[in-house]
Amino acid sequence: MSNHSQAHPAHLQHHFVDSDQQFDAAKMGMWVFIVNEILFFGGLFCAYIVFRAWYPDLFTQAATELNTVWGAVNTLVLIGSSLTVAMAIRSAQKNQIKGLQINLLITIALACVFLLIKYFEYSHKLHIGIWPGAELYTYEGIDHPLAHVFFSIYYVMTGIHAIHIIVGIGLMIWIYIRAKKNEFGSEYYTPVEMVGLYWHLVDVIWIFLFPLLYLIE
Amino acid sequence: MATAEVSNTKTLKVQRFKPADNPTNTYLTDEKGVWAWMTTVDHKKIGIMYLVAVAIFFAVGGALALLLRTELMTPAKTFIEADTYNQLFTLHGAIMVFFVLVPSIPAALGNFIMPMQLGAKDVAFPKLNLASFYIYVAGAIFTFIALAQHGLDTGWTFYTPYSTESSSSVIWVTMGVFILGFSSILTGTNFITTIHKMRAPGITWGKLPLNVWALYATSIIQVLATPVLAITVLLLTMERWLGFGIFDPALGGDPVLFQHFFWFYSHPAVYIMIVPGFGIISEVISTFSKKTVFGYWAIALSSLAIAFIGFLVWGHHMFTSGQSAVATTVFSFLTFLVGIPTGIKIFNWIATLYKGSIKMDTPMIYVFIFLFLFSIGGFTGIMLGALSVDIHLHDTYYVVAHFHYVMMGGTLIALLAGLHFWWPKMTGKLYNEKLAKIASVFIFVGFNVTFLPQFVMGAQGMPRRYYNYVDQFTAFHQTSTIGSYLLGVGFLIILYYLMHSLFKGAKSPANPWGSRGLEWQATSPPDFHNFDHTPVVIHGPYDYHQPMEEFQLGLAVDTNGHDSETAKEVVDKEREQWKNYSLG
Repeated sequence: MSNHSQAHPAHLQHHFVDSDQQFDAAKMGMWVFIVNEILFFGGLFCAYIVFRAWYPDLFTQAATELNTVWGAVNTLVLIGSSLTVAMAIRSAQKNQIKGLQINLLITIALACVFLLIKYFEYSHKLHIGIWPGAELYTYEGIDHPLAHVFFSIYYVMTGIHAIHIIVGIGLMIWIYIRAKKNEFGSEYYTPVEMVGLYWHLVDVIWIFLFPLLYLIE
Repeated sequence: MATAEVSNTKTLKVQRFKPADNPTNTYLTDEKGVWAWMTTVDHKKIGIMYLVAVAIFFAVGGALALLLRTELMTPAKTFIEADTYNQLFTLHGAIMVFFVLVPSIPAALGNFIMPMQLGAKDVAFPKLNLASFYIYVAGAIFTFIALAQHGLDTGWTFYTPYSTESSSSVIWVTMGVFILGFSSILTGTNFITTIHKMRAPGITWGKLPLNVWALYATSIIQVLATPVLAITVLLLTMERWLGFGIFDPALGGDPVLFQHFFWFYSHPAVYIMIVPGFGIISEVISTFSKKTVFGYWAIALSSLAIAFIGFLVWGHHMFTSGQSAVATTVFSFLTFLVGIPTGIKIFNWIATLYKGSIKMDTPMIYVFIFLFLFSIGGFTGIMLGALSVDIHLHDTYYVVAHFHYVMMGGTLIALLAGLHFWWPKMTGKLYNEKLAKIASVFIFVGFNVTFLPQFVMGAQGMPRRYYNYVDQFTAFHQTSTIGSYLLGVGFLIILYYLMHSLFKGAKSPANPWGSRGLEWQATSPPDFHNFDHTPVVIHGPYDYHQPMEEFQLGLAVDTNGHDSETAKEVVDKEREQWKNYSLG
């Protein structure tokens, strides 16, 4: 529209007609992106399925090396963070800027706890010789010639997931800074909701990873 | 009644906006300078930048092809070493597929035209659009680093175990492809959202130009298939770097699993390349027949059908790889199914021509070339999908000829049709029609001389990718090489007259072809915001039986306190004028 005489809100980009269109477009784009992510991880799940079907023994033996307790703790941590990010969106919708900031901080903290636990898990494995790839793998506690394949799959799945967590932390810090500047409220909370959607996706992927890797017997 | 469709919820006040033939403010006069271009979020400029990048890559890939063909002039060594030859055909394939064909139509022409066809000011996420261009550039840089190091000799398919053993720079290229994938994904995501959310008032799904339908189907494939390629090349990188043991048989992996992963993307990718071409053909064929497209919904939905079936046929690349007999049979059958929606399109286009006022301008010539070449490509594809035939033809020049007929005779010819069709819109200049027709003859003759002999020698047993060959194939190879030179000349002529038109060409009117398409109702070249009004659409994009005036409506701007007319009033008035005009 060439008619710029009407005052429009600061968050509205010039190529949208109104805020509703902008919000709808952002939400749709985000969902399409989530479909992308699912197919990206889908390739990994497919590799997992193929190798598990071929070598069921390998998977049940190797999975005993993974620490179920810490995995469960991490699952609870992530589910908790999904709750707080949902509460952050709710706060933004209800114009409670303080609540938005607090919930974002809790979510960031929980994400860091997840990474910390992951760090201890990884470093323990690397310490005893469970490295990704046949060349570096030296652990001898699993009596299976293809033990390295299981841990390759483990490292690449959890590793890419961890990268998503790190990206998520970055995004939430960005949202937090913008919230501090009072950019969000009941009129405009699109970025908060989009980051929330992303965070739920990261959470859901972990909810599949945890039983598939840690809980098999 | 026309107004009812526009205003089922509210009444829109509209007026007619006739595009000026000599616009003073265009997207080219706004935001000048290199820095402004590099940081622009304007979909038109990004489209042009893509077009330039794709043209450069096409020149590189084409030069490589000419070198390959020159080497094949004689059965033994002609002038390059065998190892170099392996690198050249790998790079020719990788560059043409990943850097030319995949982004060519959607990211270059689609970016420029699609938002205009929707009457939008821009795509839904303009910054992502710019980002996707730079991601493309980053992917290209990785590939060039590989070139500067040890090149790549695995073929564009990166089959394991050779790709994990080869001494060439596989990782740089796979990382380049990984990065490039994001560019494709972002474009697809952007387009889907734009088509859903950014349509101007009155553009229902049933009034969407077929080019937009084709880009919609393409974007769906991009979004669903490209992430799988990303994870595949990532795993391949890990395999080579750390020895993951997923694809490499020496470490307990399965090379056929790699082929499944690779073709799960790369077969749909074939449709990422060809389906946007279908969109262009629909636009051009209707404009130059001055006639409503026959079977609008059939053409629109067959694009989606191709996108869907395209996901179920990847196994036909692996008939000789040791798949189970059941899988092979099912894949063969599904492959035949793809022929149905494609055939539907061809027949509908032919029916569009029937009793149309056909004008043989350059874009239309390319449409006829497309129909001819693509049909040959399609039929030979069906033959390759037949199990017993494929066992004989697998990995021969027959396959090479087939996919060149589809990819070059299809996609690239459609791209040329689109480029010649929208060139006046993009640049505001007319090109030399006579030279353009001469070039199209070179392209058509050169193409067939190059690739028809390859069908014959392939059927006689000439394997693809070979550096040497037995004497009986000499005549075929030499004919093919001469044809490739003709093609080269054709493209040089095109380059010459397009550059000439850019600097010295005659000014184009807003709508030189008399098209009813919404993009032609803007000035040539368009305004920075595409239209200086919000377009309102009341007719289908190919309603050539309706007067041009009714395609130039826009939301009325209230000025001087006068009430603007409703769509119905404007249409009635224009009809009245039109009637007088025709009678006079």
